[in-house]
Amino acid sequence: MERELRLMKGNEAVAEAAIRAGADGYFGYPITPQSEIIEYLMEANPYETTGMVVLQAESEVAAINMVYGGAGCGKKVMTTSSSPGISLKQEGITYIAGAELPCLIVNVVRGGPGLGTIQPAQSDYFQAVKGGGHGDYHLIVLAPASVQEMADFVDLGFELAFKYRNPVMMLSDGAIGQMMEKVWLNPPKERSKTVPEWATTGKPPTRKRNVITSLELDPDRQEIFNQKLVAKYNEIREKEVRFEEFQCEDAEYLLVAYGTSARVCQKSVELAREQGIKAGLLRPITLFPFPSKRLNKLADKVRLMLAVEMSAGQMVEDVMLAVNGKVPVHHYGRMGGMIPSPDEVVENLKVHITRG
Amino acid sequence: MKEITGIKEIIKPENLAYRKSNILTDEIMHYCPGCGHSTAHRILAEIIEEEGIQQDIIGISPVGCSVFLYNYIDIDWQEAAHGRAPALATAIKRLLPDKYVFTYQGDGDLAAIGTAETIHACNRGENILIIFINNGIYGMTGGQMAPTTLAGMKSSTSPYGRDVKTMGNPLKMTDIVATLPGTYYVTRQSVHTPANVRKTKKAMRKAFQYQKLNKGTCFIEIVSNCPSGWKMTPVQSNKWMEENMFPFYPLGDLKIPEEQPEQKPKSE
Repeated sequence: MERELRLMKGNEAVAEAAIRAGADGYFGYPITPQSEIIEYLMEANPYETTGMVVLQAESEVAAINMVYGGAGCGKKVMTTSSSPGISLKQEGITYIAGAELPCLIVNVVRGGPGLGTIQPAQSDYFQAVKGGGHGDYHLIVLAPASVQEMADFVDLGFELAFKYRNPVMMLSDGAIGQMMEKVWLNPPKERSKTVPEWATTGKPPTRKRNVITSLELDPDRQEIFNQKLVAKYNEIREKEVRFEEFQCEDAEYLLVAYGTSARVCQKSVELAREQGIKAGLLRPITLFPFPSKRLNKLADKVRLMLAVEMSAGQMVEDVMLAVNGKVPVHHYGRMGGMIPSPDEVVENLKVHITRG
Repeated sequence: MKEITGIKEIIKPENLAYRKSNILTDEIMHYCPGCGHSTAHRILAEIIEEEGIQQDIIGISPVGCSVFLYNYIDIDWQEAAHGRAPALATAIKRLLPDKYVFTYQGDGDLAAIGTAETIHACNRGENILIIFINNGIYGMTGGQMAPTTLAGMKSSTSPYGRDVKTMGNPLKMTDIVATLPGTYYVTRQSVHTPANVRKTKKAMRKAFQYQKLNKGTCFIEIVSNCPSGWKMTPVQSNKWMEENMFPFYPLGDLKIPEEQPEQKPKSE
């Protein structure tokens, strides 16, 4: 079958892509600005066609624990939410990471802290890439910058989740979730019949019982497990870094931005170049693993870097760590649901250029 | 060493009165002497063996004294976060509808931190079995007050006795879930005497057989003792349970199926 062209909201694209990816289950709870995902799935009623279970849970906490249960059976399961709901899910997420279960979690970020706003923000970066819940763990974090990527990263997310037995988070925002763009959808895939050897599906006499747990009372053995996780995260850092460069070849000034900010910054690069400023943009696609090596290399040829985020300055810390003092790293951010304009980014860049 | 008189006679297979279920592992249970958990585990293992469903069952262990349940019964297990077992069970059963799914939870897990998950799983009528061990105390963490702790009962966080004015009243979760249309079979049992063990075993067998009918949630409360948490000997604790727990948590069926199931339980 051919790919299909549709005009959709980012949220709708996630839902449709999940059905087409052969997902086995979706468990969610309504929250703005991502309720279209569960609404779309309920209306599509994929249980009748693909057998995909869609359930509205009593809470975000229940939804993520349903994901744990389904993932423990080796199924392709997912949940979606927005910032306050993702905070509630952190307990389940750390247990999923600790039990090494694959799943997809989508965060359509809105401004915070607390209830905050319902407008787009990027203020959950720390929560997504530095752990979020308790204990030493990492999610694989994908940052879409278009409706197309919101659809594509459902497939990619499941693929990486199963490859590494690790939860994957798609860190989107209210702008990409709500806006409509054309999107090419993959032809539908059948739900997988493969049962991973670790899955709990009933113990046949031919194998030992499978236990999905994150509990280990013996500190020696817990540390060995922690080291195993560290090795896995290092492998992910080695193999799964994804990023996109825009006019970086001759750039003297580098913007670093992901998601909605990256779309703004692409225009900022064009505007800057019209004014004779050789700007470029690096857009991290994976936030964990972060494109640190590439940024470090680019630091050898640019004069300064400017991290542009819809936050008080979160990703900028990872840019600084990557650059390790080679060039000045600045931050420009809007908060509370405000999106920077391409002009104000250029104006801010010029201030830093003038100051040196 | 002196040979025990008649040992050869006693160990003859035809004289076998009791044997350990093959579904129970050889792992040494960590429970305190006299605790009801090990008896409840044994019954569960026997039912799984007798019904021949080891290949088709997934259990969910809780956070609490029975957190290591997965070490003792030889089936596939998932270990839930505190209170979340019914949410896990919901997804497992929805995704594997032909399998038997059950949770095994204590009163702190089920009736405090997991109240929402319990009520909503029951209200949706998930086709699962919830086994609820109620000993009126947090055992694993050292005897703190539970939602089910009786009025006036002492614990490490109610050292002068549970004052219902400031600490709330003991919660009858089983009575609550019995009122929900989603539950199919709700009963309250105990495992402190051979007769009660037999009744509980019968209830558990029924519950697994009902699960095949897809008629809703089965819920078995087992009122149990906690000799260590209650600061009593096992014998004292059972007597105290009969005199104090049973009047507030009376044993018996709270909800039985109105229609007779198509398959008659094997035990009858």
